[in-house]
Amino acid sequence: MSENAKHDGKASPAQITYANMLFYGAWSGLGILVLTYFLYISGIVPPHVPLKEIPLLWSQPVHTYLELGHVPVGWGWLALIGQGDFLNFIGIVILASMTLVCYIPLIPSLLKHGEKALATMAALEILVLALAASGLVNGGGH
Amino acid sequence: MKMDHLRLPAKIALFVLVGVLLLAAAAYASGNDTVATAMASATAPDGAHLGPDTGVPWWVWPTVLLFFCFILGIIAVLAGVGGGVLYVPLVSGFFPFHLDFVRGAGLMVALAGALAAGPGLLKRNFASLRLALPVALIASSCAIVGAYLGMALPTNVVQLCLGGTIVFIAGLLLVSKNTAHPVVTKQDALSVALGMDGAYRDPATGELVQWKTHHTLPGLLLFIIIGVMAGMFGLGAGWANVPVLNLLMGAPLKVAVGTSKFLLSITDTSAAWVYLNRGCVIPLMAIPSIVGLMLGSFVGVRLLAKAKPTFIRYMVIGVLLLAGGKALMKGLGI
Repeated sequence: MSENAKHDGKASPAQITYANMLFYGAWSGLGILVLTYFLYISGIVPPHVPLKEIPLLWSQPVHTYLELGHVPVGWGWLALIGQGDFLNFIGIVILASMTLVCYIPLIPSLLKHGEKALATMAALEILVLALAASGLVNGGGH
Repeated sequence: MKMDHLRLPAKIALFVLVGVLLLAAAAYASGNDTVATAMASATAPDGAHLGPDTGVPWWVWPTVLLFFCFILGIIAVLAGVGGGVLYVPLVSGFFPFHLDFVRGAGLMVALAGALAAGPGLLKRNFASLRLALPVALIASSCAIVGAYLGMALPTNVVQLCLGGTIVFIAGLLLVSKNTAHPVVTKQDALSVALGMDGAYRDPATGELVQWKTHHTLPGLLLFIIIGVMAGMFGLGAGWANVPVLNLLMGAPLKVAVGTSKFLLSITDTSAAWVYLNRGCVIPLMAIPSIVGLMLGSFVGVRLLAKAKPTFIRYMVIGVLLLAGGKALMKGLGI
């Protein structure tokens, strides 16, 4: 993100790299989402919670869904990835992970241009997103 | 504000939206009628029980949701608002889903839209990474707090706060007059330190537009509140990002809108993880919402050149007031 790049109206190389990574990641995630959803609702991959039971659960608070549907929290879905409903989480997790992944190459790029403050912020952002993704901040629930 | 001012595609979109809403309301009402006869076919030891069996096949609601979100996507683009801000109040008000799942899906809807729009905005320099980095760090950290609060508070309290927020947003849309090129006479010290300046080439005029920010500290502080609200309600936060970046911090409107959309991809990610980890994302309803809204957004962008957005904007304000009122009533148990 040099001064020249900033003021000639063109995006910086770091910004372009971020954009390219985001483009391929986001559209891959969305493509996978559509594909796995088809496998799920068509019954090709049987679900963990039967499809006809979901409408009985989605009107209730989340704890009811978790309890009666025997749905795991956090990363517990990984153990059920072979089930149609949890297969969908591959695409969802790709979408939710893209920002974190795109931030990683930002740090060396910013440091290379002497942008220590912004590089620190990018590192902190990665920590915040990793913390959220880890499930360590999952207290509460009603 | 007459219907005559609307072009045919916008009229069709409006009528379909009203039709789908009526269908949703009718199906919801029929479901409520059967509560007494079909309650609690399964009960867990602590009293958790299944909802009413409405007799509606499982595929009906996802199909209705797909079409509803498609129309919502068109309307959102034409009205210049994010999909999430319409999705959460309308779907929680007129569909049979619990608010926990609506917020989870709302965040995924806003996130998917922001991720898809991000690359184009970044490449055209309408979204500025330099502007986004500090703001995103504050907003995404606070979105986790908001998501935690939203999960911890009783549903009626969240409904009440959501209703109040939606009514406030409607008011904000009514009175807010964004400025294309705000005048920033002096870049403040924090803005200089963080390098919150840049330039973009306006495709309409070919002009190189230089920009810098001011009032950076109060702007950054406001993103604490914006982040908490984004996480708490799953609304997305474009409705708040744009006025703060544009009116307060002095970013040109195109940079404010572009950076706001890009910011959602970061802010909503942190909140979305909390909802995901808590089991608040049900793929059967979340995925048709994402796909419908994204397809609708693409159509909306094509219609933008033909439609008269002013009427749609007022209509959206009206719908938000209605949805906000309904959320308030739900929160009050009326």
